[in-house]
Amino acid sequence: MPANSLNSIAYANKKNRVVFKARNFWSGLLFGVGLAAFIDEVGFHLLLQWHHFYDQSTLAVGLLSDGLFHAFGWFATISSLFLFADLRRRNAFWGKRWIGAMLFGLAAFQLYDGLVQHKLLRLHQIRYNVDIFPYDLVWNIAGASVLGIGAFLLLQTRKAVKKPKEEE
Amino acid sequence: MAQHLADGSVIQFLVVVLCLALIAAYVHAALLSNRSYRKWPIYRTILWIFALLMIAFSVGGFGIAGRSHAFTDHMWIHLILGMAAPLLAVLAAPMTLLLRTLPVAAARKVSHFLKSPLPVFISHPVTAGILNTGGMFVLYRSGLYSLMDTAPLLNGLIHLHLFMAGYLFTAAILCIDPSPHRVSYLARAILLILSLAAHGILSKMIYAFPPDGITLADAQSAGKLMYYGGDLVDAFLIGLFCWKWYNAARPRQLLKEIGEK
Repeated sequence: MPANSLNSIAYANKKNRVVFKARNFWSGLLFGVGLAAFIDEVGFHLLLQWHHFYDQSTLAVGLLSDGLFHAFGWFATISSLFLFADLRRRNAFWGKRWIGAMLFGLAAFQLYDGLVQHKLLRLHQIRYNVDIFPYDLVWNIAGASVLGIGAFLLLQTRKAVKKPKEEE
Repeated sequence: MAQHLADGSVIQFLVVVLCLALIAAYVHAALLSNRSYRKWPIYRTILWIFALLMIAFSVGGFGIAGRSHAFTDHMWIHLILGMAAPLLAVLAAPMTLLLRTLPVAAARKVSHFLKSPLPVFISHPVTAGILNTGGMFVLYRSGLYSLMDTAPLLNGLIHLHLFMAGYLFTAAILCIDPSPHRVSYLARAILLILSLAAHGILSKMIYAFPPDGITLADAQSAGKLMYYGGDLVDAFLIGLFCWKWYNAARPRQLLKEIGEK
């Protein structure tokens, strides 16, 4: 019987996770954004000390963008974990979709930081007193690759949602 | 000058007396209403006592101009009086306690008043957010802060506003007490993020461009304290907000079996 009930839980999960596919997406995406903000804060501000609390070159629009994303990242980290707990409680957690959305959110934040905040708004640079081009190249190519992997996983789970309907 | 100092200490004394009176009133109401209703949770009483003690202790910092790190000291008051104490006071659900302690006819009048247009307008999350964050921008960006220590009454009013606006905003986000026109979780989440962002932006502006008469070093330590201290208090606020959602969104039945239907 235990094996049988395990099967039925797994079977129920397959149905539940389709019902809650949007919540799986948002939980993963928010966690990814929060993780990116956390890596930025701990890795680049505290450990490497390449970034600073405030740069004299920062423009008003940069301050606005930075403030909004810091607040959003803080909220995203905490709320995504409550959404995750909710999915577990409902037996509706979808690992592949969650990881896909997480990578997508992580990379989207990194690309926003790398392209809009660093280059367009000139909020700050990755590192100072060095030739910045290789850093920018690695930063944004890494971001784009992870974005691709995340999008690929999300598309796969979207196909998995559509398939059962076609069979019916 | 001596007259001014005396005025200031009169206000401080009155605030401490008021705080102690409010603690006594709360405990009395809890004991009284316990006779006719379910036992009032002890943790709420403890939170209320801590909130009021925080207010009473923070008045010691009302007239601090002239000290070497006056602005950083003020920022501690900002965090305690404007953020931490309101959070604890909101969690103590004083309005719920008031409504269950008053006789029914009086409680009806209070709840009728709370549903009238003005309180509903002021306690709406958007209005409360503007009063809270807008008040801070006015205080630190308009030169009001430098004027604050010239008149004890102005000083007291600004600190009163700091607490009341913080309370109003926290209450509007968390909705612990009965709230007649509750805004959706998503809308409240967006308002919370915007207010958090404004708080962070303001602390960086203080760091970079000190208010009149504040030294750069004092403004920098105050700005950092406001930024990271605010993040810490807001982490609790966000966590409690999400926890309330988590309980409200509780599935009515265990969905493990739903798929088998």
